[in-house]
Amino acid sequence: MTGTSNLIELMTRNLRQSGIYIAFVLIVLLFTVLTGGTLLSPGNITNLVLQYSYILILAIGMVMIIVAGHIDLSVGSVVALTGGVAAVVVIREGMPWWVGVIAALITGVLVGIWQGFWVAIVGIPAFIVTLAGMLIFRGLAMQVLDNVSLSPFPEEYRQIAGGFSNGLLGGPGYDLFTLVIFALASVGFAVQQWRARMRKLEYKQPVEALWLFAVRVLLVITVIMAFGWQLANSRGMPYVLVLLAALVLIYGFVTQRTVFGRHIYAMGGNLDAAKLSGVKTRRVNFMLFVNMGVLAAIAGIVYSARSNSAQPAAGNMFELDAIAAAFIGGAAVTGGVGKVQGAIIGGLIMAVMSNGMQIMGIDQSTQNVVRGVVLVLAVAYDVWSKKRSSVSA
Amino acid sequence: MNENILEMRSITKRFPGVVALQDVNLQVRRGEIHAVCGENGAGKSTLMKVLSGVHPAGTYEGEIHFESKQVSFSSLNDSEDLGIVIIHQELALVPHLSVAENIFLGNEKSRAGIINWHDVNLEAAALLDKVGLRENPVTPVGHLGVGKQQLVEIAKALSKDVKLLILDEPTAALNDDDSAHLLGLIRDLREEGVTCIIISHKLGEIAAVADSTTVIRDGSTVETIDMAEASANGEDLTRRIIRDMVGRDMENMYPERDVTLGEEVFRIEDWHVRHPTQRERKVVDGASLNVRAGEVVGIAGLMGAGRTELAMSVFGKSYGRDITGTVYMHGEPVKIETVSDAIKAGIAYVSEDRKRYGLNLIDDIRRNVSSAALKRIAPRGWINENEEIAVAERYRTSMNIKAPTVMSVLGKLSGGNQQKVVLSKWLYTEPELLILDEPTRGIDVGAKYEIYSIINKLAASGKAIIVISSELPEVLGMCDRVYTLSSGRITGQLPVEDATQERLMELMTMEKD
Repeated sequence: MTGTSNLIELMTRNLRQSGIYIAFVLIVLLFTVLTGGTLLSPGNITNLVLQYSYILILAIGMVMIIVAGHIDLSVGSVVALTGGVAAVVVIREGMPWWVGVIAALITGVLVGIWQGFWVAIVGIPAFIVTLAGMLIFRGLAMQVLDNVSLSPFPEEYRQIAGGFSNGLLGGPGYDLFTLVIFALASVGFAVQQWRARMRKLEYKQPVEALWLFAVRVLLVITVIMAFGWQLANSRGMPYVLVLLAALVLIYGFVTQRTVFGRHIYAMGGNLDAAKLSGVKTRRVNFMLFVNMGVLAAIAGIVYSARSNSAQPAAGNMFELDAIAAAFIGGAAVTGGVGKVQGAIIGGLIMAVMSNGMQIMGIDQSTQNVVRGVVLVLAVAYDVWSKKRSSVSA
Repeated sequence: MNENILEMRSITKRFPGVVALQDVNLQVRRGEIHAVCGENGAGKSTLMKVLSGVHPAGTYEGEIHFESKQVSFSSLNDSEDLGIVIIHQELALVPHLSVAENIFLGNEKSRAGIINWHDVNLEAAALLDKVGLRENPVTPVGHLGVGKQQLVEIAKALSKDVKLLILDEPTAALNDDDSAHLLGLIRDLREEGVTCIIISHKLGEIAAVADSTTVIRDGSTVETIDMAEASANGEDLTRRIIRDMVGRDMENMYPERDVTLGEEVFRIEDWHVRHPTQRERKVVDGASLNVRAGEVVGIAGLMGAGRTELAMSVFGKSYGRDITGTVYMHGEPVKIETVSDAIKAGIAYVSEDRKRYGLNLIDDIRRNVSSAALKRIAPRGWINENEEIAVAERYRTSMNIKAPTVMSVLGKLSGGNQQKVVLSKWLYTEPELLILDEPTRGIDVGAKYEIYSIINKLAASGKAIIVISSELPEVLGMCDRVYTLSSGRITGQLPVEDATQERLMELMTMEKD
């Protein structure tokens, strides 16, 4: 149990998982250099979070669907539909902003129930059901909006995506409140890591050497605080970031630490064995699609709030970005493998690449080519590492 | 007419760690029906795979002579070119394609790549006529019953100009009428000069149709019986085949055990199950049985007798439809509709196919062990991963699972160790009744002994245990009491003291009155 052997073990055991973090750091560094530092500038970081938050929200639900062995092609259309419903309620009917939010969420649940019914109860492959859903919900979005875009949203609604907690505590040129929040998050992270370490020791399990533990925690805290500092120097803490952080924490916990989460992995790994272990596969599948509907509704709210309008064509191709994020983040095409945090990193890789290339003035067509190549390479790496590990066995 | 069409000389086939065939000889005369018998796992299928080129030349030792020429096949196509056709137990037909399309699949009658469907259907009709199947050649195969599908397979073989037809368990899934028809067809083919090798467990059938019988045991040939000669001598053919099949010593294969029987734990009464897609087939037909605490009860039956189907239908209706009958736990009737009901009632089922039904091979030991009883490590809904690791670690030690850590991925473990993980998984559900379906299939001898010891320990701790097995020595070595199952019916119940392999085999092959 020396530090060095732990370091190597830490690196090799999770090569598939840690590979993605290394790739992320490299891509960030690459584009920081290529953009002359603009990528990590306070204004751009803020922009990046706002611009890709809805993809990340979708990626959370998508990775769960993919782990269970399904796919969801309809989320882009659901984003348009839920945003449209919110717009109709708030803009056309003049109801308060929160009524719009609730209406959008209910729409998401109904979409989820519809798709969950066909996938889980009737047993139609999700690929087909959600392909149909892609058409159905896009069509419904157009009908709800009478084929025109609705705008503008009232100020409160726009705050969901464009709002910042700024100036609550004042501050000399930077937002103190943002820094306090990030500091609390850092402390929370350290405490949580320490307690997990103590629990492991209680159960007499091997833990990393203390210095390694300290280095790792400090490294993460440094990244968190640097990120916070940049935000504080721009417009402060975006509400969307709080929402996103909450979702990542909740779904990270649900997938890794609850019985429901375990059942998702069991079904993706071996559906027959899961059934014979007492997993209620129908219920799990149904819940997964309802959950995806809700997350798509949240993404729809954020997207419409950010663009300050609801358009019939909103969310076009979002499903592909969300799916790509999950696969770049290490999800297996055959199911059973993948993590929420991986999908988030996968989504951020896509975001940093798009954003970096935009700053560099590379045109959209080249961006598409590059992103497509990265997707194939990421999955190729996954396939390659799997083959390698099975050969060495 | 006594010339040999096929001679397989001292065939030895090794798999990593196992010798599947040891110096096997098989001589088949031209124009005869030659039966090959042996217990499950004796090496019959391996021998046929060697013959048909599924195991290509070079992966085994020995020589194959076909029509007096030495041959070496590197694939199934090579053997088919010479007229050797094998029909597997699991039929290889495409259900959505028509009868005619299936017959000529991979062998399409075409000119310049274009198929003349009119000719194809005419030719198919002629072949169907030959096998006595009155069906339109354009009917999708999936619309036919298993018996008729079997005939389509034979028509397919005939379309290839077959000289030697190999049938692997052709009647295992058939009802009596279909079996009789099929056997009649095989006799007709003999008249036309087609030689036939038939692998079967149904000894009555063999005695009726075979001209000679070769018995294989533990990968070696025991003897080849000339059936006409033997029955002229007034011998009981079935008895002789059974003796050949099972005659091996059982010393030190099974650990000693002390038996203390308790109260009855589990009982089913009048259990009926129908096939999930073919409703007319009764897979389990009025079975009743019981197990007491501390007792190991065997269910002996041949492949296709309904053993697994019986077990899985009890285990939360995981198999079959129109299931009727009553399950009692400790004398009280219980309602078991789902797998989780069954687990709650204290039943655990360890499948014969651990890779398909037992394990998540891409996951590690700890998560496989906990997967059927997650509530125990997640009392408030969230999982205590440290407890989970501790639990898995306990089983790794107590079961002697050979893996570096409980984080080892299941796919990398040996069959014996995988089996121990499945056992751990089900023991962690704290069952009162353990149904072990072929618990030692595909496991080497050393690991078998370990599994037997574990079973003994479990029985000694008061669990009720059902062992499903087609290996009779195992049944006799492990169990206190044995039920025999044949065609979905319980045909007998013997205390182990009264059971012999011959007696069990008789009951297991007992056909419907």
